[in-house]
Amino acid sequence: MTMLRHVAIAVACGALLLLLSYRLDLYRDLQFAEVAAEVGAVAGLTVLIGISGQISIGHGAFMAIGSYAAALLLLHQHWNIGYVIVASGLVAAAAGGIMGIAAARLRGPYLAGATLMLAVALPSLADKYQSVFGGDQGLSVSITPPAALGATFPLQRWFVWLSCAATLVLLVLLANLVRSRIGRSWRAVRDDEIAASLAGLNVARLQILAFVVSAACAGVSGTLYAMVTTIVTPDAFTLTLSIGLLTAAVLGGLGSLLGAVWGAAILVLAPPFLQDFATSHGFSSAVSSNVPIAAYGVVLIVVMLVFPAGIQGGLRRLLGPAAPVAAAPFSALRRHAPAREEKEEGTV
Amino acid sequence: MNDGSSVAWDEGESEPGAGALDVGGITVRFGGLTALDDVSLSAARGQVTGIIGPNGAGKTTLLNVLCGFVRPQAGSIAFEGKELTRLRPHQLARHGIARTLQGIGLFRGLTVAENVMVGANGSARAGFFAALFGTPWSDRDEQRLRRRAIEALDRVGAADLADDLPGELAHGQRKRVALARALVAEPRLLLLDEPASGLDEGELPEVGALIGELAGSATVVVIEHRMDLMMSICQRIFVLDFGKVIADGTPAQVQADPAVTAAYLGAERESAADG
Repeated sequence: MTMLRHVAIAVACGALLLLLSYRLDLYRDLQFAEVAAEVGAVAGLTVLIGISGQISIGHGAFMAIGSYAAALLLLHQHWNIGYVIVASGLVAAAAGGIMGIAAARLRGPYLAGATLMLAVALPSLADKYQSVFGGDQGLSVSITPPAALGATFPLQRWFVWLSCAATLVLLVLLANLVRSRIGRSWRAVRDDEIAASLAGLNVARLQILAFVVSAACAGVSGTLYAMVTTIVTPDAFTLTLSIGLLTAAVLGGLGSLLGAVWGAAILVLAPPFLQDFATSHGFSSAVSSNVPIAAYGVVLIVVMLVFPAGIQGGLRRLLGPAAPVAAAPFSALRRHAPAREEKEEGTV
Repeated sequence: MNDGSSVAWDEGESEPGAGALDVGGITVRFGGLTALDDVSLSAARGQVTGIIGPNGAGKTTLLNVLCGFVRPQAGSIAFEGKELTRLRPHQLARHGIARTLQGIGLFRGLTVAENVMVGANGSARAGFFAALFGTPWSDRDEQRLRRRAIEALDRVGAADLADDLPGELAHGQRKRVALARALVAEPRLLLLDEPASGLDEGELPEVGALIGELAGSATVVVIEHRMDLMMSICQRIFVLDFGKVIADGTPAQVQADPAVTAAYLGAERESAADG
């Protein structure tokens, strides 16, 4: 039932996206592919923060791991892109497991700091091991559409198809998980760790699992992103990207997969749109180059004021009766783990 | 276990031993402070065992030791003859032990039914990959957990609240839901931390009857301030004061014990002086 329903929704969305990919021009197709690529990372992050109650300010690092893994596999092993996407997801998942083991012992600001460090430190590895990762020049990623689609089939459209297909698979799997016993256990751990462990949940293992799942999504997303941009460089995975992913997750609505789609769309489409807007209205270059950043800040503030539960939370409130899912979107940010009052005893 | 010993156990119901909780010589120090000093007690199956004592006597610390939140410096805990001293909190459910919290501790982002389903987690059969692929197997498992959750809610008279969020409930209703979450795991040892705190006088008889009923299927250990309730529901009471057991026996014996009176009057005199 669960599987059939989610797959049916995904197939319907896939058909719509397929039609859309033919309607758009090639430049828009490329942007479209980029949005689809980023959705995976934002969706993984929104599950990590909104459902499991852990924070990561360094999710760009898992995208980097996925994309470098993919680039190396394509370069040296010449694997089929489908296998590469799965393999890079698994590599990132392993990295997520290691981070998760550390994360399970850290709370709130300490976890934020640790993940931040990962995002800051990891890209410098590309410089350190230039022979493997190509240093600042990076690694090129080149794939071609299968011959069956014809010699004139545009590469951009192939990017859209691949990105959308891989991301829809990710979203279906995430939706299954979130609705399952695992998702419920994550939310229980998010809301009250002590009560969760008394109910028999292995809190640390669930927290690590959430990091593994979330990092796998970011890894797949990184692979798609590398494919669309045709190159992997350390510059692509700056702290700005990680913060952008976090912003997208919060904007869309923490814990909401559909929200992740809105968030990723804003993350990718807003800056060039605002840039075009600024230049076409004849602002001086000093102004126009700063307009996107300023407008981005304004959008962030406005959305948070109007829709504290994010865009998807706002839509849900506007369109129908309150759903219970959006109940605790910010618990990860204001958590304080062993909060249970025990002071009455033990102070004899 | 052979037939002979189980018969012997059935006859000697109030005796500690198989099927019962045995706590021996527990000592807990926080820095230079001795919170529990060589505390020994036992709880028999089919009975409600109470732990009372003035504020700061070490009651909650004792419960935290039983749950593995606090590691004792000395002593042993055995339930049904199995050593529990080194277990972590999440492993207790597997050994048939459930605890309710003084602060209730419901998951506020989960519906009442989901809260109780979390408690039934130990009986879930579908694993990670079944969940990931949303298999029919996992769906059936979910339906089964939900049925069990509704049954547990029904047992505490809260089945009609199944789809509410904890934030929408009255205090007494939340207490019931928390109890259902503990019961759904079908525990053989149930540790209740102040089950009556914050309840009206009028709700007490119902809570007392419910706790008495639970003792039919489990060993029940209760910590509670409400003396009238404890005297009516417990078969055996241990009195803690300054981390030591100063008296134990039936409610009547404990009430008649001069040491208990002194501990409570002393505590009252102190708190009167404080206030």
